[in-house]
Amino acid sequence: MGNNLVQNIIIAVIWIVAAPILGGILSGIDRKITARMQNRFGPPIMQPFYDFFKLLGKERITVNQTQMVYVMGHLFFAIASLVMLVLKQDLLMLMFILAFSTVSLIMGAMSVRSPYSKIGAQREIIQMMAYEPVLILMVVGVYLTTKSFMISSVFSESTGPLLYNLPLVFFAFLYVLTIKLRKSPFDFSTSHHGHQELIKGLTTEFSGPQLALIELTHWYDLIILLGLITLFFAKPIWVGIIIALVSYFLELVIDNISARVTWRWMIKATWLIGIGAAMINIVWLYLKMKV
Amino acid sequence: MGVISKSRKKSPWVIHYDCTSCNGCDIETLACLTPMYDVERFGIINVGNPKHADVLVVTGSVNKRNVRVLKNIYNQMPEPKAVVAVGACACTGGIFKECYNVLGGVENVLPVDVFVPGCCPRPEAIIDGIVLAMDKLDEKAKKMKEEKKKANQSVKV
Repeated sequence: MGNNLVQNIIIAVIWIVAAPILGGILSGIDRKITARMQNRFGPPIMQPFYDFFKLLGKERITVNQTQMVYVMGHLFFAIASLVMLVLKQDLLMLMFILAFSTVSLIMGAMSVRSPYSKIGAQREIIQMMAYEPVLILMVVGVYLTTKSFMISSVFSESTGPLLYNLPLVFFAFLYVLTIKLRKSPFDFSTSHHGHQELIKGLTTEFSGPQLALIELTHWYDLIILLGLITLFFAKPIWVGIIIALVSYFLELVIDNISARVTWRWMIKATWLIGIGAAMINIVWLYLKMKV
Repeated sequence: MGVISKSRKKSPWVIHYDCTSCNGCDIETLACLTPMYDVERFGIINVGNPKHADVLVVTGSVNKRNVRVLKNIYNQMPEPKAVVAVGACACTGGIFKECYNVLGGVENVLPVDVFVPGCCPRPEAIIDGIVLAMDKLDEKAKKMKEEKKKANQSVKV
């Protein structure tokens, strides 16, 4: 038991250090590929790290005293859900903690008086409203296939790859991924480029080290989401990782070929296509079990 | 500090404010973002938010109406920050210098670090100006750090 504990701590620490590095490199590759798709040369792959360290060195301006607490909450809940993922803990709990992370950021954006920040926060709430049901349905699907909420059961001998049982849930999850990563066509809570109608939306009022921490959390989020995709093909794990990377590339393509939609369109489309696909999959699983 | 100082030179985020420009300099400034010049390869991003920006790029001469806005944007930017005056009007007031409503170049209002002359300056010149401003940023950051140290020492004494 003691040996196990030490092992778990080592795994958690390794991932806490490695995840932001991987996430940063991935977002660097994202910017490079995006630039190439737009026929530009693009920044160096290490650019996200340059941005991060530069922001750390900036002056600390806070609008109010609690703002930093919310940013820290945003980061720590993301780290907590990453630890739950790599230690193969409860999937349902992971989703709730991940939601808490986003809620912290929303609270931070709501705590200031800037209208840009507030509208950004409200749009983020609408986004959560759109994707949370799909995430919960994904957990239900995993439960129906493996008879357990634990991620470790996905890796157990008796179950085959989840993708064979949950193809439509996988599709719905990919759909949600675009919203979660705040990419176009669903980038309206923090527009990817400023100088638009909401400036930077949610993150308008965060500056310097706070923005650096939000960026760090984004890298953690990226790794968590790609990790969740990997779960769909957990054995052998390298197939899952390839599927996750291909999905990420697909996100980049979608990001570059689509314009921003309105929130009404997003809610309708996500609930109809996302929940619809996931529900059909789950009903099919029930019918299969009855037979 | 080495990493931060190195990173600072590689990621200047720009906010562009048009005072009373005729739009010529603005078009040249925005041309820097196009695939032809692509300033993102130097890490330069047009952020459009003073709280995220490092470099304030001003085009056009300052007049009595927009001086308040310009100062407001400058004050919202976190230190270290630099100001780049792009174009003849922003540098000296240009052909509008003698107008009754014009205060002249940006230097009359804000501490300008880099002047990019021309009417209008070429995108290459603007990029060069912003790259020069990066070195200025680093100098300012070092000065800031020394001043902080001095302030701390005087408190201890």
